[in-house]
Amino acid sequence: MSRTVKMKVYRGEQNVGQFHEYDVSIDDGMVVLDVIHRIQATEAPDLACRWNCKAGKCGSCSAEVNGKPSLMCMTRMDTLPQDKIITVEPLKAFPHVRDLVTDVSWNYTVNKKIRPFKPRPKAADGTHRMYQYEVDRVQEFRKCIECYLCQNVCHALRNHGKHEEFAGPRFLARLASLEMHPLDSDDRIPFIKEGGGVGFCNITKCCTEVCPEHIHITDNAIIPLKERVADRYYDPIQMLFRVLTGNK
Amino acid sequence: MAYPVPGTREPFLATRRQDGWWVVPLAMAATFLVFVVYATWAAFQPREFSHFGPYISPFYSPDLTKWIPGFTWSPALLILWIPAGFRLTCYYGRKAYYRSVTFSPPACAVGKGDRDYKGERALPWVLNNLHRYFLYLVTVLVIFHWFHFFDAFKFDDGFGMGLGTLVVAADTIFLTLYVFGCHSLRHLVGGRIDCYSCAASGLVRHKAWKGVSVLNDRHNLYFWCSLVTVGFGDVYVRMCAMGVWNDVRFF
Ligand code: SF4
Ligand code: SF4
Ligand code: FES
Repeated sequence: MSRTVKMKVYRGEQNVGQFHEYDVSIDDGMVVLDVIHRIQATEAPDLACRWNCKAGKCGSCSAEVNGKPSLMCMTRMDTLPQDKIITVEPLKAFPHVRDLVTDVSWNYTVNKKIRPFKPRPKAADGTHRMYQYEVDRVQEFRKCIECYLCQNVCHALRNHGKHEEFAGPRFLARLASLEMHPLDSDDRIPFIKEGGGVGFCNITKCCTEVCPEHIHITDNAIIPLKERVADRYYDPIQMLFRVLTGNK
Repeated sequence: MAYPVPGTREPFLATRRQDGWWVVPLAMAATFLVFVVYATWAAFQPREFSHFGPYISPFYSPDLTKWIPGFTWSPALLILWIPAGFRLTCYYGRKAYYRSVTFSPPACAVGKGDRDYKGERALPWVLNNLHRYFLYLVTVLVIFHWFHFFDAFKFDDGFGMGLGTLVVAADTIFLTLYVFGCHSLRHLVGGRIDCYSCAASGLVRHKAWKGVSVLNDRHNLYFWCSLVTVGFGDVYVRMCAMGVWNDVRFF
């Protein structure tokens, strides 16, 4: 059954723009991205938006729907109040390009700062043996589709622009996946504290709330990293012990 | 290269969210307020209201004044800073009060106004990194709570059970579930290990980590259950002792 909804979509370039209203006739089962495509097909062929898989797996269609950072392709219209105008606007934590498109390339520069996996030397029998139960923990983080919704919602980036000092939840999760890996031999704790700025996170869990892959970013990645940083830098007894024993 | 968008200072509470995002932080702030006001009042009350029959109020456990001659104030004053410090530095507690009390942020994608932010890198919040020390102290309190739980069956006329026994039991059980789901404990027992198959007692520590993780998954729930049951534990015993209401004896 088709019906008409009122949509308000942000249009403009480099933060200069405004909301445009569209009356769109929609069908059952449509998601927000379908409605955006319908607007493109009917009223505004030049409406810019990024998308790719329409299956919640490429992480391209991130936007804010009724103020909530979401994947447009995974937000069904019937989950939104139909009697009110539905707003769709671009992510806030990244430079605006045009309409619903933002420039997320900052994330790739952060990623480059992270030292890659550095496996320990092979065992005497020439293997790199590890067990499934040991890597279960880090496999959770590999579900990430790099939609950057978590980066966008994090107040340290979104409101305070700590982009220079803070890697953000997505990359703290990546750092956790490397640090906790049973075969990895690198030590990224100093980077996690300073370059990664884990202390800017105040564990208020908005990243976890918006993650479409339901990764427990705060509980399973960031808090364990904070505990490791505390071991090294904030635990007076452990620090004294290291001084006395000469261990690092 | 400087980043071109220096963060958008959204006006305080500004958002385009249409759901009831303010309900939860408001309820949390109200609960904190009631608890803090009540606990402060209770801590300055005369000590004779701290126990009734076999029950002792959780606020007064253990009674350290026995070892401090001349300390005539309430024993609660010597104890309450431990659970208070534990909850204030608790990873879940931090989320709850950063959102509901300091509004940093009040809710996700809701404006926090024009203000500076240093997070947990500077005073005062950097002190939250000391959470593990409160964990060590509060673990001792948990042991005392279990002693009081067993004592709550020992009436003057022998073994028995009253409504107060259940109140003390609820406090003891929820406090235990809350403390043993602590993130610092999860790290300590096994979370800090990368390679369990290389570490000494790695398998046991992996199991311990898994066990704490089960409780940790509900840490928020146990935080509130324990806050309410510990507060009600004191209310119940105090009201019995003051004669406001009577304990119901089952057998
Ligand atoms: S939990 Fe930390 S990283 Fe995640 S959104 Fe909140 S402040 Fe940002
Ligand atoms: S962690 Fe989740 S929210 Fe963040 S980029 Fe990955 S999939 Fe998206
Ligand atoms: S279009 Fe690929 S995640 Fe939405």
